Amino acid sequence: MDNKYRKQNLWSGFLFGMGFIAFVDEAVFHQLLQWHHFYDRETTRIGLISDGLFHAFSWFATIGGLFMFADLRRRNAVWMRRWWGGVWLGAGAFQLYDGIIQHKLMRLHQIRYVNNLLVYDVIWNLTGALMLVIGLVLVKQLQQGSQREGEPRKRERAST
Amino acid sequence: MNAHLHNFLFDPIVVAQWILAFPFLLGIFVYALAVLFSNRKYRRWPLLRTFFWLLGSVCSLVAVIGPLASKAYVDFFAHMIGHLLLGMLGPLLMALGAPLTLILRTLPIHLARRLTALLRKKLLRMISDPVVAALLNIGGLWILYMTNLYAMMHEYTILHVLIHLHVFLAGYVFTTAMIEIDPNPHRASYTYRMTVLVSALAAHCILSKYIYADPPQGVLRSEAERGGMLMFYGGDVVDALIILILCLQWYRASRPIKVVTASKSSNEM
Repeated sequence: MDNKYRKQNLWSGFLFGMGFIAFVDEAVFHQLLQWHHFYDRETTRIGLISDGLFHAFSWFATIGGLFMFADLRRRNAVWMRRWWGGVWLGAGAFQLYDGIIQHKLMRLHQIRYVNNLLVYDVIWNLTGALMLVIGLVLVKQLQQGSQREGEPRKRERAST
Repeated sequence: MNAHLHNFLFDPIVVAQWILAFPFLLGIFVYALAVLFSNRKYRRWPLLRTFFWLLGSVCSLVAVIGPLASKAYVDFFAHMIGHLLLGMLGPLLMALGAPLTLILRTLPIHLARRLTALLRKKLLRMISDPVVAALLNIGGLWILYMTNLYAMMHEYTILHVLIHLHVFLAGYVFTTAMIEIDPNPHRASYTYRMTVLVSALAAHCILSKYIYADPPQGVLRSEAERGGMLMFYGGDVVDALIILILCLQWYRASRPIKVVTASKSSNEM
């Protein structure tokens, strides 16, 4: 497989995964559960800027990632497991960034405004780390596997 | 009765509304006329484009004249609905109406040539650069809401008219700098446009949260909070449309060469 498409599969998945998890965060935790808010009064200015940038980027990434996937499809270059690896990586990376940098370092907002916040923080970041590990394992596995098998099998399936 | 009519006609708010509404009404008229003329000479102008132009004009009109426009003077939330219609949705829909393409094919050739020569002028080229367009658009909003300009806008009619014109024009220039609908002799690359779009989107998000946190002069906190949230999420919806169109255009432009030759004949139908 062309090196360019290997990367594109990973990037397409990564961008989509990141955008998707950001969307879940906003839809579930902001809107449905209302655990945290649109704006927290203690928010630092830098935190606000990084939040805005990330929101804009993930909004774009969700749509852009899917178009990259469509591009791979018409080139018969979809490598489904590699794409999923990218999705897990993107989702995990975003969750960890949100949980550690935005929540803790910049104190943009907390997951929930309760006493035993630590429990929420630990679960939040562990979930992020777990997703990141799943992604890493998937991608690593494929890198070793592809050296033996050469091309991904998806290519034959896609052409039928 | 007479005095009442007199007051009505010379009420600065009413005057401002009609001044702002006039270009859009004229736009609908000229567009319709151009469609009729060019349909006689060339193949039919797509109905969908006419519909987009009309819908975009109506969106913009709703923002500048009528009950919503009047309410926007006193209610920041109403103002923000107007801002989304006049600065984002209206320009996007009107751009989808491809007015320039229509005008170019309606005009006699020598006039059309002169118009394209005008469009190639340095100043226009500079304004339609994605970065400059984004600065005019989002930068203008930062100045409007973060200085006392917003409060002054309600005192001086002339300022009100100029700012609303700017919001529409900057929104239109920004939209057309991002997506390819009308011919543009100096279109920027996809990477450049996508990077600028993400940055502009981010600046819009940040500004809406600042409005939530630091209400513009003369705006109640509760109104600023509702308005800021509307700006944030409403902006997301319109931006998603622009992102979708931009990505779709990239998808079409970057199609593999083999597929291009295979589907060329069917594409030209």
